[in-house]
Amino acid sequence: MTAPAILLEGVTFDYPRGPRALDGIDLRIEVGQSVAIVGQNGSGKSTLVRQFNGLLKPTAGAVSISGRPVGSRHVAELAREVGLAFQNPDRQIFAGSVRAEVGFGPRNLGLPDAERGAAVDRAIATVGLAGDEATNPYDLGFSRRKLLALASVLAMGTPIVVLDEPTTGQDARGIDRVQRIVADLVADGRTVVAISHDMRFVAESFERVVVMRDGRIVFDGTPAEAFAQKSWPTLASTYLEPPLPARVGARLGLGATPTEAALVAALVARAGSET
Amino acid sequence: MRGTSYAYAGTRLPVLADIDLDVEEGRVLAVVGPNEAGKSTLCLVAAGLAPASIGGRLTGSVVIDGDETLALKPHEAAQRCGILFQNPATQLSGTTATVWEEIAFGPRNLGLAVDEVVERVAGAMATLRIDSLAERDPNRLSGGQAQLVALASVMALRPSTLVLDEPTSQLDPSGTRLVGDALSRFAAETGTAVLIVEHKTGLVARIADEVAVLVAGRIVQRGPSSDVLGDPVLEDHGVDPPPAVRVGRAVAAAGRAADLVGLDLAALESEPTG
Repeated sequence: MTAPAILLEGVTFDYPRGPRALDGIDLRIEVGQSVAIVGQNGSGKSTLVRQFNGLLKPTAGAVSISGRPVGSRHVAELAREVGLAFQNPDRQIFAGSVRAEVGFGPRNLGLPDAERGAAVDRAIATVGLAGDEATNPYDLGFSRRKLLALASVLAMGTPIVVLDEPTTGQDARGIDRVQRIVADLVADGRTVVAISHDMRFVAESFERVVVMRDGRIVFDGTPAEAFAQKSWPTLASTYLEPPLPARVGARLGLGATPTEAALVAALVARAGSET
Repeated sequence: MRGTSYAYAGTRLPVLADIDLDVEEGRVLAVVGPNEAGKSTLCLVAAGLAPASIGGRLTGSVVIDGDETLALKPHEAAQRCGILFQNPATQLSGTTATVWEEIAFGPRNLGLAVDEVVERVAGAMATLRIDSLAERDPNRLSGGQAQLVALASVMALRPSTLVLDEPTSQLDPSGTRLVGDALSRFAAETGTAVLIVEHKTGLVARIADEVAVLVAGRIVQRGPSSDVLGDPVLEDHGVDPPPAVRVGRAVAAAGRAADLVGLDLAALESEPTG
């Protein structure tokens, strides 16, 4: 049996002089899964994903990446396996040009020049920043700085990609682009974990939804299960709401329709069975 | 704003060109548009921060409460117009040890009596339901918590005009609804004129009286919220329609529009599900 991409066992994390951010988290994410982590502001989502690459070490419990415990490994070594794009791109960006920024990670991984150049070009093109290679990152607007931070992670080619609120500040085309990137990563067999408050993005782009409240996991299932009417009270308990297609499906007695496509399919199927 | 154009210092091409916009007391004007349209710049110009604090070249007119912003001193502009930046980390003062002190920082600097400061801080925290954060270190909050604290800090200043650059970008769905309701009430009860830049068109549909679409530095469309948000051209501008409009269109495109007859999608979208 393959080792899971990410395994957390009884993970607890306390910030110094702060509240308990994670409280006994058990989470197993298989290789190639796409997982959305949702929950109210301050529920521990960002703290959770920082355990994956050793940026934060658990107060108690254990974290394994690709079958090996994180405890004994350096952050630099974990960076080959787990790429993390922060919620706030300005915590990540520091170079003087888009190209230098995206090239920093691959250079530190020691990739040969040719391979590195290709990976950097590909990542820049993927996020739609081709033509801006020489631009200073701080001359980009917030939404494009987010895409730049995403490119920096993609260029590393890590088997595990973690995105903290990737659609924040993106317009319709930007959200489409992020959705395509997630789909391509999944098609490529990578493990993708994203934190998001954007329930449409969650329902459309992920096969599994993990719901957090007060540092604990309170629900874990498919989008259809997460947004089915019987889960609504759980969602509400952590300040979440089902997307509109799920509400419409429930009102019309169609069952779980977490996406527009699922809603349309259910309506068409019902019409077909009536004639 | 009348015929307002603005170019950043050291650049030639204006980011905003020939903008005509106004917000009346107690009204909410939302500005939507694709990335890089100039929305954040519009906020800086509307609040009198550009060019006053960051340089650049402004032509045309920007008036707050009857006075040209160019004629106002920075503290005068700040007292009339509160601004919430897109990134809450740039908003926090960095000088306070607790969230309570952070929200009190602005009102204290206005020279208000202690009782008044206490009342304003309590009011803003209650409105945004962040009372439980009072003792927390403002630099150790989650992204969404920081955004609520930053918004509370601006509301506690009780400016006559409020400029908000994506105030809910990091908020969970309930937080987004809460902020939307709070802003609607705040505008109506205090007569504050609110200019809000927002990608979440579902929220815009609920709270905005008027919507303007900014594309490549120009206002290309402006009108009552429902007219603008229901216009098919919105998507061509790179703006996502509100969920109610999207779902209605998707169902209609499949020939099942009749199934939604009698269903108020916008109302359904904002029904509590707890």
